[in-house]
Amino acid sequence: MVVSILHRATGTALSIAGLGVLTWWLFAIASGPDAYASFTKAATHPLGLVVLIGLTWSFFQHLLSGIRHLSMDTGAAFELGVNKTFAVLTVVGSLILTAVVWAYLLGVVK
Amino acid sequence: MSLGDSSSPIGRARGLGSAREGGEHWLTERVTSIALLLLGTWLLVSLLLLPKRDLATVLEWLHAPSGAIPMALLVVIGFKHALDGTKVFVDDYVHEPGNNFFVNTLLLFLAVAGGAISLFALARIAFGGAA
Repeated sequence: MVVSILHRATGTALSIAGLGVLTWWLFAIASGPDAYASFTKAATHPLGLVVLIGLTWSFFQHLLSGIRHLSMDTGAAFELGVNKTFAVLTVVGSLILTAVVWAYLLGVVK
Repeated sequence: MSLGDSSSPIGRARGLGSAREGGEHWLTERVTSIALLLLGTWLLVSLLLLPKRDLATVLEWLHAPSGAIPMALLVVIGFKHALDGTKVFVDDYVHEPGNNFFVNTLLLFLAVAGGAISLFALARIAFGGAA
């Protein structure tokens, strides 16, 4: 239930904020140094980092719960125990993957 | 609700459910999701593997076909999947036909505009001389 809601919430976040940032970033690259500097400034601002980390988590959560939904589309994993384990794993997995990516990006792990 | 839900054999054959439409939308959303699983992972891994994420490095990466082509696919399929996904969301929660049409049309315009801007930017990067 919660993971299903998360799938919609993260999907909406990726659609609006994720594609918005992607479009802004591509346009900034195409526009040159000044535009790219503005983008970088916003992206490395604490609020910008919160958005980017949030989008990274949304990506992993949506990807993992998406895989869960695809497998459920085949009729698999409807047993309560299996279903719940799978659901919990998507959240644990998305948090771990987000932590790994940002530990690397922020230079905590080289 | 699944692709096979239909009261008549011809409906089943066409992949149409009781709403007489939607089967194709349902399937498209899933096919694009598999493409995005690959393309999204490609984008993230590529960004992580770049030595730096400054303008010169990113330009060089997206100037090459190996960067520009997957990125173009990601943009087109990403906006398509976002549109399909948000339509499900809107159809579930915005029931009044006028409002439903308005929100879905707004999202369609946003997605097409965003896709056009992204592809224009990407074309400029890929075909521009100054990389």
